[in-house]
Amino acid sequence: MIKKYLLIITCALGLALPAIHAQAEVDKHARNLAGSCAACHGTNGHSKSGMPTLAGLDRTYFVTALKEFKSGARPATVMQHHAKGYTDAEFELLADFFASQKVGKKH
Amino acid sequence: MSINRRDFLKMTVAGIAVGAFPGIAVAGSELLKKKGQRVVIVGGGFGGATAAKYIRDWSHNKVEVVLIERNAMFISCPMSNTVLGGSRKINDLTRSYDSLKKKHGVKLIQGEVTAIDPEKQTVMLSKGHLSYDRLIIAPGVDFMFDQIGGLDAKIADEKIHHAWKAGAQTVKLRKQLEAMPDGGVFAIAIPKGPYRCPPGPYERACQVAHYMKQNKPKSKVLILDANPDITSKKGLFMAAWNELYPGMVEYRPNAAVLSVDAGGMVAKTEFDDVKADVLNIIPPMKAGAVASMAGVVGADGRWCAVDFITYESKVHKNIHVIGDAVAAALPKSGHMATSQAKICAAAVIEMLQGKQPEQDPAIVNTCYSMVSDTDAVHVANVFRFNAEKQSMVSADGGGVSGKRSAEEGAFANFWLDNILDDVLG
Repeated sequence: MIKKYLLIITCALGLALPAIHAQAEVDKHARNLAGSCAACHGTNGHSKSGMPTLAGLDRTYFVTALKEFKSGARPATVMQHHAKGYTDAEFELLADFFASQKVGKKH
Repeated sequence: MSINRRDFLKMTVAGIAVGAFPGIAVAGSELLKKKGQRVVIVGGGFGGATAAKYIRDWSHNKVEVVLIERNAMFISCPMSNTVLGGSRKINDLTRSYDSLKKKHGVKLIQGEVTAIDPEKQTVMLSKGHLSYDRLIIAPGVDFMFDQIGGLDAKIADEKIHHAWKAGAQTVKLRKQLEAMPDGGVFAIAIPKGPYRCPPGPYERACQVAHYMKQNKPKSKVLILDANPDITSKKGLFMAAWNELYPGMVEYRPNAAVLSVDAGGMVAKTEFDDVKADVLNIIPPMKAGAVASMAGVVGADGRWCAVDFITYESKVHKNIHVIGDAVAAALPKSGHMATSQAKICAAAVIEMLQGKQPEQDPAIVNTCYSMVSDTDAVHVANVFRFNAEKQSMVSADGGGVSGKRSAEEGAFANFWLDNILDDVLG
């Protein structure tokens, strides 16, 4: 019984560690990219004003919106200028970053 | 009476300042005992304050950050033209540094840097010195008064205000506008680029005209631009002048002011003498004096060349430069300073850990200009590192508003609230 648990724990750790490591690396790049969004949308996407909050936003919604800003399908005042400057892969990174931000918490 | 560490720090600094510890060679004493890795930041504007906060947060408070700033309070330059127009007071743009200290553990020293030793990695203040592992200077701009005959810092403070750093001069310029007779001329002189906030002078013309339209409709704004054309948001500003303030704004290109007569309130260009009721001369600019102290100013004598992966100076190792002082094809704006500060903060933390910083930085600038009390226009760009050119290059798709709108006016106000919270909250 104990052996079985140990095996499960070992497997879980074995799988989880590289995943955590990889995510930490990705997060830093995403975090740096997302840093520029804060001026309008608040620190880590937590808006303190009337600007839309990005923290906790559904990742599919985020990626779809950014792609539509880029193509012009979604009307905007400013966002089309930004969306055109990023790659679709960067949309995914940013989507993950903002989706992982806890709503109601700044950090 | 309990004394916490912050209070003790204050007492120690104050004590040294008034010479309460006789026998100590104050100039040679370390102001704060250095234990772990320390970053010293000089200048607490948009760039410096952001770097301070983000180094603390992103290092999980492992890196000590000492921020040296000469002013007691932070005053936002962005949106300060609205103080002239009347829709804001200077207090609306004033913030304290308390959160940086209390929430983020930044050690703040209010004071003036007197010298920097890049070899010994030391910053000198009148009260003592601070040693650093890495130094970030965010000195903003200084004014080159010597480029305009008859003008100096004293005259700028007393009579011919630039008001290009938000604060006392902004309020004084507003008072001059209020005291101006109806039918008077308010002249704005713009230096050749690069200067801080490219669209700022044209926004100012809008704000002054907005005030005149309400209060002194026979008056005129005269723009004397050293540049051959409007340098930013040209179509949008011209539309605002023609449609919102018809006949009130006159624009003259290639009209560099060479000298002034403060007594007669006359600005002299190559072609003519312009008499005005209010003279708002914005002098040419260069990196703030701290950059010269650090010896990181380039051959042009004005701006500092940096590596755009780390913002480390091309001259001295372990000294980083961010914000308006940087030599780059990047707009000198508050948002840009914060964007640079975050890339620099991330790189500094990596370098202190002996790791390679991120090699593919992309940063953003969004800049709103208020063309009335309600309506705004913007310019927005993504800038990406180009390894071949070793510089930041504007990505495709950047640009300006289709038209001015109250919607963008609201966004501009939201922008201000969020950026100030991001920098100082």
